[in-house]
Amino acid sequence: MTDAQKTGKYVGQRVTRNEDPRLLTGQALFVDDVDLPDMLHAAFLRSDYAHARVRSIDVSAARTRPGVVAVYTAEDMGDFWRPGPLIVPPPSKVEGIVFHARTQIPMVKDKARHIGDPLAVVIAESRYIAEDALEDIIVDYEPLEAVVDLEKALEPDAPLVYDDLDSNLAAHVIQEKGNYEAAREQADVVIKRRIVIDRGAAAALENRGVVAAWDAKSQQLTVWDTTQAPIPIRNGIAAMLGLSEHQVRVIAPFIGGGFGPKIMMDQPEEVLVPWAAVKLNRPVKWIEDRRENFIGTTQERGQIHDAEIAVTRDGRILGLRDVFLHDTGAYDPYGLTVPLNTQSHALSAYDVPNYYTEFRVVFTNKMIVTPVRGAGRPQGIFVMERMLDLAAKELGMDRTEIRRRNYIPPDAFPYRHVVIDQAFAELIFDSGDYEPALDKAMTMIGYHHFLKEEQPRLRAEGRHVGLGIVSFVETTGVGPYEGARVTVESSGKVSVVTGVGTQGQGHFTSFAQVVADQLGVDVRDVRVVTGDTAQFHWGTGTFASRGAVVAGNAVNCAASNVRTKVLKLASKVLNAPEEELELADGQVRVADIPEQAISLGELAVLANPLRGAVEPGTEPGLESTDYFGPKTCATAFGVVAMVVEVDPETMLVEIQRLVIAHDCGTVLNPMIVDGQIHGGLSLGIGNSFYEQLVYDENGQLLNASFMDYLLPRSTDMPPLIEIGHLETPSPLNPMGSKGVGEAGALPVPAAFAQAVEDALADYGIEILETPLSPNRLFEIVQAARGADE
Amino acid sequence: MSALRVKEVDVDNSMTISVTVNGTRHVRTVEPRMLLSDFLRHELGLTGTHVGCEHGVCGTCTVVFDGQAVRSCLMFAVQADGHEVLTVEGLGTIEELHPLQEAFQDAHGLQCAFCTPGFLMTLVPFLDENPDPSEDEIREAIAGNLCRCTGYQNIIAAVKLAAERMGT
Repeated sequence: MTDAQKTGKYVGQRVTRNEDPRLLTGQALFVDDVDLPDMLHAAFLRSDYAHARVRSIDVSAARTRPGVVAVYTAEDMGDFWRPGPLIVPPPSKVEGIVFHARTQIPMVKDKARHIGDPLAVVIAESRYIAEDALEDIIVDYEPLEAVVDLEKALEPDAPLVYDDLDSNLAAHVIQEKGNYEAAREQADVVIKRRIVIDRGAAAALENRGVVAAWDAKSQQLTVWDTTQAPIPIRNGIAAMLGLSEHQVRVIAPFIGGGFGPKIMMDQPEEVLVPWAAVKLNRPVKWIEDRRENFIGTTQERGQIHDAEIAVTRDGRILGLRDVFLHDTGAYDPYGLTVPLNTQSHALSAYDVPNYYTEFRVVFTNKMIVTPVRGAGRPQGIFVMERMLDLAAKELGMDRTEIRRRNYIPPDAFPYRHVVIDQAFAELIFDSGDYEPALDKAMTMIGYHHFLKEEQPRLRAEGRHVGLGIVSFVETTGVGPYEGARVTVESSGKVSVVTGVGTQGQGHFTSFAQVVADQLGVDVRDVRVVTGDTAQFHWGTGTFASRGAVVAGNAVNCAASNVRTKVLKLASKVLNAPEEELELADGQVRVADIPEQAISLGELAVLANPLRGAVEPGTEPGLESTDYFGPKTCATAFGVVAMVVEVDPETMLVEIQRLVIAHDCGTVLNPMIVDGQIHGGLSLGIGNSFYEQLVYDENGQLLNASFMDYLLPRSTDMPPLIEIGHLETPSPLNPMGSKGVGEAGALPVPAAFAQAVEDALADYGIEILETPLSPNRLFEIVQAARGADE
Repeated sequence: MSALRVKEVDVDNSMTISVTVNGTRHVRTVEPRMLLSDFLRHELGLTGTHVGCEHGVCGTCTVVFDGQAVRSCLMFAVQADGHEVLTVEGLGTIEELHPLQEAFQDAHGLQCAFCTPGFLMTLVPFLDENPDPSEDEIREAIAGNLCRCTGYQNIIAAVKLAAERMGT
């Protein structure tokens, strides 16, 4: 950092974070830390059945418990009861889409459709009393047969999640590039497999929470919410309560991890807590507990694929056909984002001339599915990478060679994948150079040395070691836009406000770096505010690896405008042409005559005079608001390689080495980028071997606690994650940046499956599913042995 | 908290307790069922201690109790009567971070930081007992604390850095 300060260049440097001292000393505000006078506490009664008609809910006893202020059911909501918004409608550009929107409801009226569907809410003087009162409520359920299995759900006699629909089909989409059937005729080898991917949780360490306070005298509602998207939430709450958007302030303070489900807008609690606060004219707080997080917070990943790949003898992909079922759970408020991502990422980094892709989205009596870090991408990557492994095996070809032969070449960018992606535009990869990343990863893991020397030596000792190496792409930085306002204050310090929320990505530092470089100030003198609609109220939110790309570029644009204003005014004050001025050390000075200078603070005062007149056509102050909207996604790329050892007695898998060669364009802060990659990889490891949400045939979630649902621990991680960086700048934004938030999560299950297969090569297994577990691996090995006998 | 549902609460059961937190003695009257984590956060306003699972797995609520790391969600406040508790607020300040906190910043051992206070309070007594730990010992020491953001690598680096700095 010292070097950075010396040169005044922060972007690209390893700058430690501005926000850390507050976070490390317990002085940072999280939603559950909000404490208001007269505050009440909410607790939700949630359905114990996955599918049940609710005949009646008797809340009379709960209402009489001392300390209980109110108990509400759907009936008590009157006209305020209405289904939430369809957050993402289906893309209009794809022809022939079938889509049945069934958005989330605040509380159950007729029937509960998943474990955890809210039935009633108790508002009491304390959280303890509110939870006591839940026990007083008597629900008369008529249990119905639950829809759990994805394939059975579409059978003609399946019970229906929605009685007004003919089946449990929520959506049906077909997209095509070229002509797969014709390509198949030309192929030397065609491989077809069924691939199954099961659900996992986002499991942010901070559960969700909402605090709402209504000020009747000023007619202002303030809501603290663990959201990744404060501005859309503000608009949703205002619409729901019939308030002006300017009467509602939503604050997303420090958020203890998002990972997707906190993007979700107008979830039952986000609507009901503000509604109750206004109705009761007292602040109301609701903080989810961990069990609720498992049964009341959205999840992802469940899909079944029937995939077919057609290749030539020399390993060229002629085409891919992928027909899959996607589990959306009981409602589908987030539209088709997840399966569309799967469609586009099944093509991954490869030049696939012919592609037939078809999916059916299925309603089930399970928790709602919306994006979780990765958002459909890991499934697509898993399918393509597994199919390539099988093709390589069939052709007797090296697994890295088949990938190399099919990479989109560097001169083919922008590369058109033809299919429409989740950004509602044609999937076009902006830039990339893939082979150097593959070479780098192979060098880092010592690919040839491992296969030729290490593995044979260890196998001779009876050890089961294997290597996995896969590629992945990540579409990042989706639109529509973000904005930012940059202001030089009279103290000479700079304030930056932007609409996105922050959940640990280091925005207080990376955005400050951008501004500090533009204005020549110390990075510690740039104060960033995110996620407060009273400070900035245009934008969408932090998701899809877009914060640094979209908001970062908006910050850059606004800071550049301020720089222009600074130079213009300083030129007059210092009586020197603009091109002779430089901004450094919080001053504007004449480059050759450093003593001829004025501080930014003094300049800010001159730009906002108390007397005299501001010239017509100019704005007061050194301030600018600007926006950035990328046309299409910036496409990041990477190669992950790992070495594993399997203990054939216990089927425990140890990841001994893990390397990643990664390209996310221009890096703002390599320390933060590395951290994002580490975290993504650890989720990927969870999705490979530890994390699986287990629903029984009644739709009951069997492992709704951290005792039973396993997050990777420090002892489950490899000793060292090695990261190699490459930089292919994106042409889509002035900074050349691409996102990295989800990168690590995408390739790990595919690499893990390949490595385990390799380690257990003598058992001849094929791994066509994720997540695995020791017992599942044992079953797969047993099945392969049985087939041999 | 859903696990803790007491049917009938007699408010007269409330007990007056005296707990020393970060060197300051606090006397409060509380229900016997109040969790220590809730007592610290909501009675004393020490919200630096976070709560992640309320069933003793994630380690987020860890505090130092009479010199030992404990999970404050698995204890009642009344059990702390007459005892000493150290929370994250009792380490360094924003202006003057504790060396462990400083090392977490320098090694990027935190992202969303929700779990961080639990890690710090697990590590303070650990480093007291073992000022020069090996990497494996560090990994074991934090195996009871979950982090979803960092993949643990930079946390381990931070502990090594802190041990190095505190040892010299």
